[in-house]
Amino acid sequence: MDYRLDFAVVWRSFDLLLSGLGLGLALAVVSIFIGSFIGLIAAFAMLSKNKLWRGIAVMYVTAIRNTPILVLIFFTFFALPQFGLRLGKIESFVFTLTLYSGAYLTEVFRGGLIALPTGLREAGLAIGLTEWGTKKNLLIPVMIRNVLPALSNNFISLFKDTSLAAAIAVPELTFYARQINVNSFRVIESWTVASLMYVFACYFIAAGLRLLERKLAIP
Amino acid sequence: MADPLLVIENVHKKFGELDVLSGVDLIVDRSDVVSIIGSSGSGKTTLLRCINLLEDFHEGRILIDGEPIGYMLKNGKRQRLPKSLIAQHRALTGMVFQTFNLFPHLTALKNVTLGLLKVRNLKKEEATEIARHWLDLVGVLDRQDHYPGQLSGGQQQRVAIARAIAMNPKLMLFDEVTSALDPELVNEVLNVIKDLVSDGMTMLLVTHEMRFAYDVSTKVIFMNEGRIAEQGPPSELFNNPQSTRLAEFIQNSTF
Amino acid sequence: MDLSLFLHEMWNARGAIWDGFQMTVSISALAIFCGTILGVFVGLALVYAWLPVRLIVRGYVDFIRGTPVFVLVLASYYILSGIGIQLTAFQAGVLAITAFCSTHVGEMIRGALAAIHRGQVEAAMAIGLTFRQTFQYVLMPQALRQILPTWVNAATEMVKASTLLSVIGVAELLLVTQQIISRNFLSLEFYFLAGFIYFVIDFSIERLGRFVEKKVAYS
Ligand SMILES: Nc1ncnc2c1ncn2[C@@H]1O[C@H](COP(=O)(O)OP(=O)(O)O)[C@@H](O)[C@H]1O
Ligand SMILES: [Mg+2]
Repeated sequence: MDYRLDFAVVWRSFDLLLSGLGLGLALAVVSIFIGSFIGLIAAFAMLSKNKLWRGIAVMYVTAIRNTPILVLIFFTFFALPQFGLRLGKIESFVFTLTLYSGAYLTEVFRGGLIALPTGLREAGLAIGLTEWGTKKNLLIPVMIRNVLPALSNNFISLFKDTSLAAAIAVPELTFYARQINVNSFRVIESWTVASLMYVFACYFIAAGLRLLERKLAIP
Repeated sequence: MADPLLVIENVHKKFGELDVLSGVDLIVDRSDVVSIIGSSGSGKTTLLRCINLLEDFHEGRILIDGEPIGYMLKNGKRQRLPKSLIAQHRALTGMVFQTFNLFPHLTALKNVTLGLLKVRNLKKEEATEIARHWLDLVGVLDRQDHYPGQLSGGQQQRVAIARAIAMNPKLMLFDEVTSALDPELVNEVLNVIKDLVSDGMTMLLVTHEMRFAYDVSTKVIFMNEGRIAEQGPPSELFNNPQSTRLAEFIQNSTF
Repeated sequence: MDLSLFLHEMWNARGAIWDGFQMTVSISALAIFCGTILGVFVGLALVYAWLPVRLIVRGYVDFIRGTPVFVLVLASYYILSGIGIQLTAFQAGVLAITAFCSTHVGEMIRGALAAIHRGQVEAAMAIGLTFRQTFQYVLMPQALRQILPTWVNAATEMVKASTLLSVIGVAELLLVTQQIISRNFLSLEFYFLAGFIYFVIDFSIERLGRFVEKKVAYS
C-alpha cells in the first residue's frame, strides 16, 4: 500500500461538491414540504371512519415503508414512462422522495393526532368551529408543534437519502464524489471529503432544527 | 312571561347498551341559574354535552329559544343536521370544561379571539376589543399574552370562561369547572361565575360545590341514574329532600 | 401490460430471480449477524469504555450515521480496491452494511443500558456480584430483551440497504431484476415484482417484530 494522500484534485472540485450538497438539500426540502401535505391527508384518512379512505391510506403507507427506496426510484424513473409519465431525472426523484417521505410522515402525524387530548377538538367545536376549522386552527398546528423532533429526524434521513439520486445521475454530492473518484482515482480523498460534508451538513441541520424546535415549542 | 330559553323534552342517550340518559325533561327560563347535582356517573356531563351537541342523543328534543337544535324531521324521520348547522347551533351555548381545554398553542388573548374571528367573522380590532373586555372581567387581562402553560389552573379556567362567554351565547354550560383546581384557586373561579349571575346570564352548572349551588341557583336539579329525580328551589331541595337518595347524597356532601 | 408474456418471462427468469433472492438474503443475514456482534461492543464501549476509547467509538458512530449508507457502500468498494485491498464487491458491500448495522445496534444497546436503573447495578454489587457478573447476569439480559423489537425492525433496514449493492455490481435481487429488464424491457412488471418480493420480506420481518414486541411486553 503506497497510497499517498493528495487532496488537490478534490479541492479543485470543491465547488461542484458544494453545489451537489446544495442540490441534495433542495431536493429534501421540496420533498418534505410536499410530502407533509400527503402525510397530513393520509394521516386523517387513516383515522377516519370511512373504510375506503382508511384502506387506501394503510395500503399506501405499508407499501412504501416496506419497499427499498432504490426500487421505488428505479420504478418511477424507468417504469413509469411506460404509462406515459415521462419525467426528468430530478422531477422523477423528487416525485419518489415525496411519496416516500409522505408515507413516513403519515405515521408521524397519525401518532401526533392520536396523542392530542380529545378536549382540544371538543373545545373548538364548543365555540362553534366546524370540524374543518378545528383541524385547521387547532389539531394541525398543535400536532405539528408536538411532532417537530420527529419531523427533524425525518428531514435528516431524507437528506441522506438524496444521495441515492446519484443512482439515476442526478448531479448531487454523491454523484460528484463518484465522478471525482473515477476521473482522478483519488479514492480516499473524494469519499472522505464527501462523507465529512454529509456528516457536517447533518450536524448543522440538526443543530438548526433543534433551535427551531425550541423557538416553535408551545410554552 | 316570555317563552323559556331552553326546553329539554324526553331526551334519551345510550352509550352502546348503557342507558345514560333515560328521559330527561327540563325547562330553563331566561336568567335562570340551574345547578345540577348528583353522584358520579348519573349522567350530568352527558346532559350538558347533549345540549352542546358534542354527543348525539337518540330520542327527544332540545329547543333553544323555541328552535329545536341538532336534529330535523325529514319525511317523518329524525335526522342529524349537517355539520355547518350543528356548528351554528353549538354557538348558541357556551361550554366550560372541567379540564379547561384551552388551546395550548395560543396566548390567552388569542384563545378568546379565535372564535370571534373564525366563527363570528369579526374584524381583528373588534375581536381583540371584545376579548380584552372579557379577560378584564374575569381578571386575567394582565396575562393576555401568556400561553396556557404559563398560567395557573384558576387563571386558565377564567380564560376558558372568557373564551366561551365572548361568543355571546344565550346559555352558559359549566361542567364541574372547579373540580380540577387546587382548593385555594376555587374561589377565584366561583367569583367570576357569581359576577355572570348578577349580570343576568342564563346558566346550567354541574357542581359539587353545594354551598355555591345553594347561594346562586334559582333552581337545583338532582340527577340519578339518567333521570332528573328531584328539582326545585335550592332551599327546598337542600332542606327538604323528598327521596332517600337525595337525602343521602346531601348528607354525604360537604358544604 | 401483457400478462401471459410477463408470466412467460418470469418463468424463464425464475432461476436468476431465485439466485438474486438468495444473494439478497445472504447479504442481509451476514451484515445483520456481523453488525450485531460488532454493535454490542460498540454499545458497551459507548457506555463503559475508558473515556478516550469512548470518544473514538462515539466518533465512529456519528461518522457512520451521518453518512448516507449509499456513500458507505461506494466508499467501501472504491477505497478498498483503490488502495490495493483485494475484496470482492460482495465483501466490500457487506462490510459497509455491517458498519451501518453496528452503529444502529450500538445506539440501541447504549440506550437500553442507560435506561436500566443504576440502583440495580448497586444492588447486584451489594450482594457480592463482580461487575462482570452483574453485567452478564443482570444488565445484558435486560438490555438484549429490551432492544429485541427495535433490532428486528432494524433488520428490515438492512434488507433495504442490501439493494445498494446493485450499484457496485453485486448480483442481488435488484441487479438481477435490472438484468432481466435489459433483456425483455418489461420494466414495469419486473420492478413491480422486485418491489413485491422485498415487500414480502420486509413485511414478514415487521410482523415478526410486532410479535416479538408483544411477547417481550407480556412476559
Ligand atoms: N364516551 C363514553 N363512552 C361510554 N360510556 C360513557 C362515555 N361517557 C360517559 N359514559 C358513561 O355514561 C355514564 C354517565 O357519565 P357522565 O355523564 O360523565 O356522568 P357524570 O358527569 O354525572 O359523572 C357513566 O356510566 C359513564 O361511564
Ligand atoms: Mg361529569
